[in-house]
This record gives sequence, C-alpha cells and structure tokens, in this order.
Amino acid sequence: MTGTVENTYAALKEKARQQYNLRHEATKTRIQIGSATCENAAGSEKVLEEFRKHIVASGKEDVVLHRTGCTGRCSREPIVTVIAPGKIPVKYERVDSGRVHEIFTSHIMGGKAKAELMLDSTEQPAQYELFFCNSARCINPAKVDLVGLFYDKLEQNNISAENARISKTSCMGLCEAGREGEAINVLIRPGKVIYNVKKATDIDEIIAAHIIGGKTVERLIVGGNPLGARFFELYGDSAFFNRQSRLALRNSGLIDPENIYEYVMVDGFEALAKVLAKSDRGWVIDEVTKSTLRGRGGGGYPTGTKWSMAAKENNETKYIICNADEGDPGAFMDRSMLEGDPLSIIEGMMIGAYAMGASNGFFYVRAEYPLAIKRIETALKLCREHGLLGKNILGSGWDFEIEVRLGAGAFVCGEETALIHSIEGERGQPRVRPPYPTTSGLWGKPTVINNVETFANVPLILLYGAQWFKQIGSARAGGTKVFSLTGKVHHTGLVEVPMGSTLREVVFDIGGGVPGGKALKAIQTGGPAGGTIPASLIDTAVDYESLTALGSIMGSGGMIVMDETDCMVDIAKFFITFSQDESCGKCTPCREGTKRMLEILDRITAGKGEKEDLDKLERLANLLRKSSLCGLGRAAPNPVLSTMKYFRKEYDAHVIDKVCPSGKCKALVKFEISEEKCVGCTACARHCPVACISGTPKHLHVIDQTRCIRCGKCFEVCRFNAVLKNGKAKA
Amino acid sequence: MSEIKQIKLTIDGQQISVPAGTTIMAAAHTIGIHIPRLCYHPDLSLQGSCRVCIVDVKDMGQYMASCSSAVWDGMEVQTNSPAIRQARRDIIELLLDNHPMDCQTCERDGRCELQNLAYSHGVRERLFEGERKRFAIEDSSRSVVRDSEKCVLCGRCVRVCAEVQGVYNLSQQGRGFHTVVTPAHGANMDDSVCIQCGQCVNVCPTAAFLEKNYTEEVWRALGDPKKHVVVQTAPSIRAAIGEGFGFEPGTPCTGKMVTALRKLGFDAVFDTDLGADLTIVEESNEFLGRLKKNERLPMFTSCSPGWVNFLEKFYPELIPHASSCRSPMMMLSVLIKTYYAEKMNIAPEDIFVAAVMPCTAKKFEIRRGEHYMTPEIPWTDAVLTTREAIWMIKNYGIDFATLEDEQFDAPLGIATGAGDIFGTTGGVMEATLRTAAEKLTGKATEKLEFTEVRAVGGLREATIKIGEKELHVAVANGLENAKRLLDQVSRKEKHFDIIEVMACPGGCIGGGGQPYPKGHFHVLDPDLLKLRAKALYTIDQSKSLRRSHENPAIMELYRTFLGEVGGEKAHELLHTTYRPQLPRGVK
Repeated sequence: MTGTVENTYAALKEKARQQYNLRHEATKTRIQIGSATCENAAGSEKVLEEFRKHIVASGKEDVVLHRTGCTGRCSREPIVTVIAPGKIPVKYERVDSGRVHEIFTSHIMGGKAKAELMLDSTEQPAQYELFFCNSARCINPAKVDLVGLFYDKLEQNNISAENARISKTSCMGLCEAGREGEAINVLIRPGKVIYNVKKATDIDEIIAAHIIGGKTVERLIVGGNPLGARFFELYGDSAFFNRQSRLALRNSGLIDPENIYEYVMVDGFEALAKVLAKSDRGWVIDEVTKSTLRGRGGGGYPTGTKWSMAAKENNETKYIICNADEGDPGAFMDRSMLEGDPLSIIEGMMIGAYAMGASNGFFYVRAEYPLAIKRIETALKLCREHGLLGKNILGSGWDFEIEVRLGAGAFVCGEETALIHSIEGERGQPRVRPPYPTTSGLWGKPTVINNVETFANVPLILLYGAQWFKQIGSARAGGTKVFSLTGKVHHTGLVEVPMGSTLREVVFDIGGGVPGGKALKAIQTGGPAGGTIPASLIDTAVDYESLTALGSIMGSGGMIVMDETDCMVDIAKFFITFSQDESCGKCTPCREGTKRMLEILDRITAGKGEKEDLDKLERLANLLRKSSLCGLGRAAPNPVLSTMKYFRKEYDAHVIDKVCPSGKCKALVKFEISEEKCVGCTACARHCPVACISGTPKHLHVIDQTRCIRCGKCFEVCRFNAVLKNGKAKA
Repeated sequence: MSEIKQIKLTIDGQQISVPAGTTIMAAAHTIGIHIPRLCYHPDLSLQGSCRVCIVDVKDMGQYMASCSSAVWDGMEVQTNSPAIRQARRDIIELLLDNHPMDCQTCERDGRCELQNLAYSHGVRERLFEGERKRFAIEDSSRSVVRDSEKCVLCGRCVRVCAEVQGVYNLSQQGRGFHTVVTPAHGANMDDSVCIQCGQCVNVCPTAAFLEKNYTEEVWRALGDPKKHVVVQTAPSIRAAIGEGFGFEPGTPCTGKMVTALRKLGFDAVFDTDLGADLTIVEESNEFLGRLKKNERLPMFTSCSPGWVNFLEKFYPELIPHASSCRSPMMMLSVLIKTYYAEKMNIAPEDIFVAAVMPCTAKKFEIRRGEHYMTPEIPWTDAVLTTREAIWMIKNYGIDFATLEDEQFDAPLGIATGAGDIFGTTGGVMEATLRTAAEKLTGKATEKLEFTEVRAVGGLREATIKIGEKELHVAVANGLENAKRLLDQVSRKEKHFDIIEVMACPGGCIGGGGQPYPKGHFHVLDPDLLKLRAKALYTIDQSKSLRRSHENPAIMELYRTFLGEVGGEKAHELLHTTYRPQLPRGVK
C-alpha cells in the first residue's frame, strides 16, 4: 500500500498539468474576468459576453477568456486583467460594455494598455516590476538597506520608471529563504522570478542581466512555488493588495473556482494527500494545534483543541460541518471564499474530518448565496469525479462524503447549536451548552463545526508547517484574518492581514483612509455582536483578546469605518434593530430585552429620551450580556455598551441637550438663520420644500421651527453660510 | 454498575455534596433553596429559555440557568446576590411588559405562575414598558382556547404536546418579538392535528391556553324553568374536585360533590360510573366475540376521546381495532335522553345533559355527528371540566368543605367499584378483566384486583391467565407511550388481545380539565397522580359490588329497556363509528 496515495495524487497532478496547459497556452493572451455575486451584480457577466463577442469578431485565436472568483475589490468591480505573453499583467476597473470595446481595441488589438481605465494606476505598465518582500516578521534588520541600494543602482544605470518600477509587498511566504543571512527577496515580473538578494553585487548582476539583458540570474533564483508570489504576480502593484497577506484568500481571483485542475495546479489537495499518506490523525491534530489556528467565525476557539475533543469521542458516527451561514450585515468574506475558491474549503474540511474521524460532512450555507451554493455543489461533484470524495479517497482506503444543507436566512443559525437544529429539520434555535457539539452534536453524535475561513486555512498549515503559520500571526493566534472593509473608507473590499495588524494598517494603509477629507470617528468590528472602537484607539492590534478588551469582538470579520458625520447612538440603534429582528425568540432577555433597548434608542434619537433612559439602557444591556442563553444574545448589547463607553457625551447630548452632534438624528437637528450673516437673498425660502422660511428680499429670513422638517435643504443652498445647523455654520 | 461520583460544591456559602450530573437547581433543593423557575418542568425536556432560574457561578462570565447546568467539583454558586435578584426581577418584568394588564379579569388570576413570580420578585413598577404583542384570541377549537398575548413562550405546551402526547402539534413560529406558539403554518387549532387532550392547558403557567368555557350555557339551562337539567360526573372527578376546595389531593369527595351539584340546581345528579359499568358489559361482550372469532385483535378501548382523535388522525389504518362502544359519558347521556326521559315522561329536547369531566376532549366528543339523537338534539349538551365545576360551585357561594354527603340520584346513580377505577390508567382494563374472566370461564373468579395492569409508569404489558386462556394485554397512558404499542400492532410485531389507551398521563385523573396542582405538586406530577388514583382504588375497595355486570341497575336496564347485551337495541344506542380525520398526523 505504501505510496498509493502519493502515486494517485501524482497522477492527478499530471492530469491537471496537461489540462491546465491545454487551457493556458503560454503564447496566448489571457483576459481574466472576476465572477462572483458582487462582480456579477456589477455587470461582469455582460463584460465576459462582450469580450467573447469581440474575440469572435476580431477573429483572433490567440486570446482566451479566463473566469475567476473575485479579488475582493468591491468598489472597483468588475475587474478585468489582461495577461499578454511576456508582458506585465494589466488590471482594469469598473469595466462595462463601452470599456470592453476600448480595452479590446487599444490593448488586445493595438498592444497598448488603456492607462486611464486601469485599477489604482494611470500609468502605462513598466517593462519590469520589482516587488520587495517587506514583511516585518522574517527580515532581520539589514545593516545595508538593500532596497535603497536597489533604487540607487537603478538610477546609476539610468533605468527609468518606465523600465523598472519598484513596490513593496507584505509576506510572500518566503520566510525561510529570507532568513538565510541578511537577505531580501524580490519578485520580478513578468515571469514571476524571485531572487534572494544578499549583497550589493547581487543587485548589480540582476540589473545587468535581467533588467538590462533580459536574462534571468539562475544562481539567485529562489525555488519552489511560494504562496504569496502567485498573488503578487498579479496584484503586487496595488497598495490595496500588496499590504495584504493572502492565505485564506490565496486563490480568490487567481483560479477558476469551477475547475479542479486549476486548483490542483496551485498545490490543491497536496495537503490532503500528505495527510492521507502519513495516515496519522494525531499528527494532523498536533500540527493544527501547534499552528495556533483559532476559529474564524468569531469565537476564536482553538481549532486543534476542538478537533481533538471530537477525536477522543468513542463513537462510530461523527460529523463535521462547515458553517457557511454568514449573516452579519456588511460581511461577505465567506461568500467570497465559497465563490472564489470552494475547493480549498472542501480540502480543509476533509483534513478535519480525517483528523476527528468523521464519516460525513455538511456544508450549511445560507440560501441567499445561490452562486456560492452552485460553486460548492460543482466543486463537490468534481471531487467525486476525481476520487477525492466518496469511497477510498486517493487510494487511501478512507471514505468521506459531503452534503449541502441550506439555511433559510436566520442569523441565529450561525450559532452552532441552532445550526445543528436547522440541519436536523428543527426550528433554528440555540440550546443550552454543555453538552458541546463535540460530545453531542448533530443527531446526538460528536460534531465539529468550523467556519469557512477556518477550513480554508487548514491545507496551508499541513503544507507549509505549523511553525510557518504561527509566525504569521500574533502571539496567541496564528495566521491571518479576512475582513470585509466597508463604510467611510476609500477602498472597500476584502482585506486579509496577519493577526495582530493594527486597525490603522487596515483602514489607512490598505483602505486608503476616510474619503472627503472627513475625520475618522470610529471603527465597528464584529458585526451586530461587536463593538465600536473610537479613532483614538486606531493603533490597537487586531486579534481576539485585544478587541474583546475594548468591548468589541473579532467576530467573523465585518469592519465598518465611520466618520464624523456618523452618530454613535444611531449606529447602536442600527445594530440593535438588527439583533432585535434576528433574535430567535427563545430566551427572555434577548427576545424582550432587545425590543426594549430598541424602544429606548428610538426615543433617544427622536429627541424624547430622558436621563433615566440611559440608566435603563445600560441596565438592560448588562442583563442581556449576563443572562442570555446563547452567545448571540450575550453579545447583542455590545454595540450599545461600547458606544456608551466611548461616546457617552454623545448620548448625553441627545438626552440632555437634545442635540445630535453629528446631525444624523433629524429630530435633534435645529436649523436657524444667523442674523449677522443673512443677506436676504431668499434662496433658502425658495428651496424650502415645506415653505416654512419667511422673509422679504434683503431682509433677515426666519425658519418656522414648528413646521421645519429638518431636511437641510436651506443649509445646503445658502451661499453665505448664514444657515446654522445646531448652531454651527457650514465649513 | 460503577458508583456515581459525588460532586462537592458550595451553594450560598454552604458546602454540599451531590451525585455527578445533578443540576444546580436540584442541588440547591437539597439544602432547602427553591430557585424560582418558569420554563422548567421536571417531567419535560430541559429548555433553559426563560432565564428566571439564573444563578451566579464564580468565574463564569455570565449567569447560568440552574435548571440545565450540571454541577462540577469546586463550583461556587450564588443563588441570591443583589445582582442576581435584580436580573431575575428584570427578566420577570420583561415578561410582564409584554403581557396584557388584565389580571383581575383573567381566568388564572391568583393561580398564575407569572403573577406569582412578579409578586415574589418585587416587580412593583415597570421600568421598560413599551409596545406589547398583539394577537387575536384563537377559539376555533371546541375544547381549547389559545390567547397568544398571554403566552410567555416557556415552551411547556410545545414540549408536552410533543414529548408526552407525541402529537407535535404546537411549535414556536416567527422570530424574536413576533414569536408565537401555533400549530404548523399558523393554522387554527381546529384545522390542526390537535387531539383536544388539553395537556397544553394543564402545563401553561398563564392563561395562554384555557379550556373552552361552557359554564354560561349551563347557568342558562339551570335558569330555564322549561329545562330539566341533569348532570353526570366522571369517575375521576370525585378524586380531584376536593383539591379545588382546600382538600389534600387524593381525598375522595363523592358525597360533597353530589350535594354541591344538587345545590347548584341540577334536577338530577347521575354517576358516569354507571355508564362505565355499562361500557364494560358491552365492551367485554364485544371483546369476547372478537376473541372467539380471532378477528380485529387487539381490541382497543375507546373511552378516551383524546385517544380516539389520535387514532383517527395518526393511525387511521388501525381504526377497525377500536371497540365500537361509546364512552361511558355518552352511554349515560343516551340513557338519560331515552330510558330516563321515558321513565320521567319528559321530552328529550327538554332535557339538558351537563357532564362534569376531567377532560377537554369531551367538549369535542359531544359535538361529533355520531353523538346526536337528532340533528338538533345532542345526546350531551355541555361538558364542564373539573375546574369549571369547581368555579361554578364557588361562584354560587357554596361552602363545599362543610357540605353533608349525599347520594347520586336513581335510577342512574348506582355503580360498582369497576366503574370507579375507570378514572385511572389500567382501570378500564382491570374492570374488563373482572367481567371477561367470569364470562370466559363461566364462573365467578376469585381474582378481583389485576394490579399487573395498573400502568403508573405510562406503559404496561402483561399476560393474564384466565382459566385455560392466556390474554396478552397492554395498557398505555400518554400517547407517546401508546405510539410504541401502536407501532408494534401496525407492523404486526407483537400479538396483543386487548389494549387500553388513555390519552392523558395517569389516565383521567391527569386529564386536561383537572384542577391546577397546588403546594409542592406540579402538573403531571406522578406523586399527585398516585394520590388521585389511590382515592379511586379506595372507593373501589369500599364497595361490595366490584364487577360491572353485577350492577343491579345495569341488570334492570337490560331487562326492561336494552334487551340483550350486544343486541340490536344496545348496539343502536350504545355503539358508535369512527372515521379517519384530517389533517393526518405525522407519526
């Protein structure tokens, strides 16, 4: 039997290589188009069709279309990448039918990139681009500034930015190579060549041979197929991407999610093959435990511990469940992974199943994710066709099967016991724990439930080692975390950063900061169960413990940026509205308490709040925190408690002064006309939709407060800044 | 069997030791601490949802529900810190804030668990009052009324319906603030698989479930000079009615009950026990006939209307097995409007028959088409539960406790001990065996008490040797228990000759219309049921006649009115038919 698994996998890989080469002939230009729910909504299907028409019409046979998942660059979708042989890949943003035509004529037919349509750039691509690995984790502080030296030497050789451009990226996964002395790794594209640079003469050689001569310097090349290189080869030139460390999202936007060969070509199922060949469940659990991988669904429970608890259960039937019931408002990490790289998740799940001894697995996906469901089902079918699911997987003798179950859109079904009830066909409500699902879960059998992102990380741990994974993250949590960055930030989208990165890095370095010159006010993490962190704590490291200490949580990865125009009471109200709506109705504190909290917040934002309301709100919030049955109920008051902690003055202003400082709560906004500034131009009176402003030309105008609907139109149209909002003139 | 480990913990500063697996609530009970509770019910599954029973456990970030948390070594529990008291008070207020403020006009005023909790936890003002849920009262059913505004979502009705009765009619639907307990798809009770047993009424801590009240109809009849109003009382009433007037459970109150009913103005007070005796005579005859021909065995008893509903909705394929005998109440009602009417020379339409029953399903039964004399005249006019009868007696101002004992009226007031034990599980079987044994062997048997069929545990199987014949019998109460027998019958896995099924736990003594327990007893409490059963067995033992066919009134009836046992007239008057009912239940 020895070697059966290895041989079976090698045969699979060989087949994949052949198939891949058929599709990706090196001589052809590849047009890569994102395809996910978000991309499709932005029009990518139309774009794909338009390109197809153009290719047919042009008669060009050396152009192929390639569909991938999304890269998580939400605000700029659809994104199209043109990869011409020997050229630097060019990405275009917000492509529509018209732009397809421009891109096709100029770039595909004419060979010249449409610079004005490019993503995050307006310059023609250089001949070469050099990406320096800038990860703070593995580089010894070099005595010589090799990057600086590279700049200098390029200049000395009169190499302009059009010839060679330099960027820095985060970890490429080359840490081991980087450790050898004081060296630095540089990725050069096109060609995805990586050099390990140790001294000045290495730089001279690279410049002379590669940049000027067009020949690679074999002696300095780093071998292997490092994880980060694949991603940066395509995306390393954009600040949004090159500050990220893509582990869970390693293949999203790179491979066709419905093609198993492409997945195998990026080392897909190699980890599973390794595990099955080794045939040592204890080793798998040890590795995962040592990696300090913790649950990405929000709780942060150590994955290895969870698996080992289920593994110890003496029961013939055990189950493993992938929790893909992503329900936080504004969160789309899981969906993106499910749509962009379903096979990574399946592989991680299979490794977990093998380790704990599960015979069957379930994907619990919310029904609102039709494309994700389709891609998972396609992926499962492909796995079955290639001997990766079912009987005797990869010739190992191990049997495992996965089924898909749909959730009907209840937020609470993300809670594991509610999720189990839902799969069982019962009403989706949590139950009292213990017993924990690892002891008695689905149909009373030991069950492990992990989140999509958790599973997506698993193959990497087995492939690159626990130590590698652990060192990427913070002291108590290895690896990265994917966030969906939304709100008042320049670049919204999916962001994956090492555990322990600061909020500042995410919001400013990657997100590009707050648009419109407004000041950052707060960052909300963890969705409706999370809290609001004030701008003053922007340098907080993002990991489970530090966020909890601030009264928020990591959660599944929602991150909403708020600026000075956002009202914190209103934000709290938004989340309590959600929790109130999604409370399952089982336990009293959550069912009744969220309703009463919402009523109080409604009163406060409507200007009818009293001082006692704040005490009542806090009392209820603490009651829910301490007394609710499940984690969701206990966390539901976090948005209130955290805003009350950091923005108490804002609450007081609403209740005592009857003013909403940010002007968000309409009932607490007062528009007045300044006697000094008003020139009697009549503009405000003319624009007032309810005609509540009186005054004659060249005389002071007055707003009738009893009739004012606080729409702010007068404030907007006054050219003399004479209309005051809560006593303040327009800036 | 390894010995159960003892766990040492501290509750309110007191060190105790309890067996592993004990809950905090049970552990506290051992040292005299009663932790308040609402959704918890000792005989139903744990839900842990009301959070009234929360306690503070050292080093836990949150309070724990003591009903559903097992103790661990070294656990330190606070059941009564100021913080816990405030949290409990607030939880109770949250329930109250979403509850109608109509205690004074509520049927459960004074016997409401929410009201008691609010009082004992000092909810004297409302801090969080706001919007209240609004639902129309749902009274489509003939036996049970659902008032969802009063529901505190403790889920006891859902659990009793599923776990005890195996009916699974009720479930919580909707989310959060809009959560409501209803039959599937929000259907009316009348359009559901409800079998009308009324256990939801019994376990409800508030008035979200009540029996449909027919006292007004009875008052009206009593006040109508043209009506001859008679009442009959089921066997189990005498064992439970005293509880409504401060008597200890298990105190037989037959005489006082008769006196009280007479004082209410009933023209005659008859004993359903006579109907029971008659049922036994007819039923054992039917059984022996089937046994002889070896057809449609096992025979099912058919006295419990909740069980009949269950059979028709869940096991229609087994309907032919049911005895065709009407229930004792129906038999007696038929006799009242025929035999008694003739004897008294009163037109049947001028007789109003009220029946005091332990049962809500009886309210449904009397409106079945099979139980009408003519399309306009029902055999039975109104069914009152024990609770309704207690209330009427109180309403009338009768001091029940001091009443003299009186006798039932002739000619339908004489019954044997066999009729009395009908009120408890296994009683019908035992009564049947007493009569069947004699008929089978042709001589009076020595054996009177068949204790092997007294199914206090809910399910009992026995093989009874009578003469040469071995009878395989089974008794079930609580329909979840009955299901186990029915499935075996359905799959022909096991042979039985006769099966007694009572819908309610303990039989009629645990019926859906019995008094709400007081003191330390709870609904479904086996100790309470045992006391009520004991009362019936005591009455049985005290009687000289203990075999139904020896009842002189019955003999007289057959001689002068009914003719032959199982004969044409008896069959026409005393037997009925069944049909599958919709919606079909899912087994």
